[in-house]
Amino acid sequence: MSAQFMQFLLTGLTVGAIYALVALGFSIIFNASHVINFAQGEFVMIGGMATVSLSAAGLPYLLAIPLAVAAAALVGLALEKFAVEPARGASVVTLIIITIGASIFLRGLAMMVWDKRFHALKSFTGDAPIAIGGATILPQSLWVLGVTFAIVLALSWFFGRTLLGKAMLATSHNRLAAQLVGINVRLVLFLSFGLSAALGAIAGILIAPITTTSYDVGVMLGLKGFAAAILGGLGSGIGAVVGGLVLGIAETMSAGYLSSAYKDAIAFVIILAVLFFMPSGLFGNRGGERV
Amino acid sequence: MKSTQARISFGRGLAAVAATFALLSGAAVAQEPIRIGAFLAVTGPAASLGDPEQKTLELYVERINAAGGVLGRKLQLVSYDSAGDAEKARTFAKRLIEQDKVDVIVGGTSTGETMAAIPLVEAAQIPFVSLAGAIVIVEPVKKWVFKTPHTDRMACEKIFIDMQSRKISKIALISGPGGFDKSMRAECLKLNAKYGIDVVADETYGGGDTDMTAQLTKIKNTAGVQAVLNPGFGQGPAIVTKNYGQLGISLPLYQSHGVASKEFIKLAGAAAEGVRLPGAAVLVADSLPASDPQRAVAVGYKQAYESRFKSDISTFGGHAYDGLMLAVEAIKRAGSTDKAKVRDAIEATRGYVGTGGVVNMSASDHMGLDLSAFRMLEVKGGNWTLVK
Repeated sequence: MSAQFMQFLLTGLTVGAIYALVALGFSIIFNASHVINFAQGEFVMIGGMATVSLSAAGLPYLLAIPLAVAAAALVGLALEKFAVEPARGASVVTLIIITIGASIFLRGLAMMVWDKRFHALKSFTGDAPIAIGGATILPQSLWVLGVTFAIVLALSWFFGRTLLGKAMLATSHNRLAAQLVGINVRLVLFLSFGLSAALGAIAGILIAPITTTSYDVGVMLGLKGFAAAILGGLGSGIGAVVGGLVLGIAETMSAGYLSSAYKDAIAFVIILAVLFFMPSGLFGNRGGERV
Repeated sequence: MKSTQARISFGRGLAAVAATFALLSGAAVAQEPIRIGAFLAVTGPAASLGDPEQKTLELYVERINAAGGVLGRKLQLVSYDSAGDAEKARTFAKRLIEQDKVDVIVGGTSTGETMAAIPLVEAAQIPFVSLAGAIVIVEPVKKWVFKTPHTDRMACEKIFIDMQSRKISKIALISGPGGFDKSMRAECLKLNAKYGIDVVADETYGGGDTDMTAQLTKIKNTAGVQAVLNPGFGQGPAIVTKNYGQLGISLPLYQSHGVASKEFIKLAGAAAEGVRLPGAAVLVADSLPASDPQRAVAVGYKQAYESRFKSDISTFGGHAYDGLMLAVEAIKRAGSTDKAKVRDAIEATRGYVGTGGVVNMSASDHMGLDLSAFRMLEVKGGNWTLVK
């Protein structure tokens, strides 16, 4: 019984950590622009697919992974430069629609550049399952959890200790005030796309050995990441992480103990319930919008 | 949107010159080409099926034309990408019939696309060979509709027979949300009693799910389970197989013919070892005994496809090969492209040896395959092997 619980928990944490990374990407862009970037899932896909094709070309992971992350970041920057920035004066809804268009475009492009097949990435450090308290976990899951943890630490250092990070944070709190004190908010928006694309790509690379990847893998992961961000409170870093983990664990627990047929439904019922009683999510900026 | 003719390989200008010469010399090439219509899911969720189908049709239309065509006429392929969307499939079927005026339609990657096109095809009275799996396509029999792939019912039967021979009587099912998964699960649940097999657990997973360990843990802890069956296609079964290995479950794992391609083994990696599934002979072409009637066809198709596209064959491309050949053979036997005669000729197909099996059509059977068309395969050493 407890071994079973342990298995569900470990699985939930692994899945949840990926949701958290995707959710963080949503939050960073939301903070900088109040735009929900629906192309976030595509960054996840680009990370995974680029690593697959680079390592198939013979590059070692140590080279392929940074290159893939850089490629995704470039795509993110280009998206901001060529699609979002020209529409700067437009309403938030218009911008969101632009990101939806971009996601369809990127997906189509990936289908042409790569192919329509599913690809598996080799695990970073072998496939021998590790037993923990009667449950088993793949070494790759430890990578997922470890890297997610490291990224959360790095991000909190970035936003709390560096000038650029503080500038981004300031922009999220009050765009006009930030502009008045000399922060280049356009640069902040530009960089936020690069940063969240890189985060998405890392998520895509970490998960690819476990789940396989393909040109349309971003659709579902993007949706789940969005749900996690909403659950945690859009724009909140800690909220994104907690939201992701809660969603992951809720999914596996309900698949394990209740019914796998209603797994997704149960996860979304939890989200609805949270939003009903706490409209801005678990860690959202309560009441801030009402002023 | 593509149309293929042998002359494409000559280049446009050359082709025009060649055509002029042909006209001057009064050769048969001057005749109208025989138009083969196709709507396939070349992109979208069923792309891993539609893509090899499209390639196979292009390849073999070229080869047939290079060998002189059919009845002295060239073949012309008119193909549209329906992206797995039934609504698009319907539109393209309409265009093939009304605008392109095709002589026969080969296509419909998925069951949904096929079913959407059937009313149009029946009304227009055009022979139609579907490449989709579900049994509803040919049951009840529709006058103008045929199909090449094995049905999910046959897959269930083949698997249950294999289970019986291994003295397995209690199994667990785990399946995904797709139409194929649901249909095969339902067929298996109808048939299991006949083979004395109890389904003691019945789990499902979602479309974009990245992990099935929770469901498999539940199955692992269900008392009495002797084997697990996973009807499905796409990446789901690969993840199920990986998680199966991760959890160290030692029970036999059965997959469906929906993952019968090399891709599955690549995706699932070492965990795929020992997995069994019913599949077409074409997957094990090289290890078929010389006495096997399908060996020549299977090896021929494999070599032609792999040398041209540098990628592994799948059963799906084989279905397209069979569909095209059934139509071409029927046109030859009918001696014309008269639609009613071609239809009758397809229905009269006997002993056609294809990649999917030996086809014997009849007025009551528009698929013409029996259980011998399926081989029980097992993954060994990263490759498909025949189970004796």
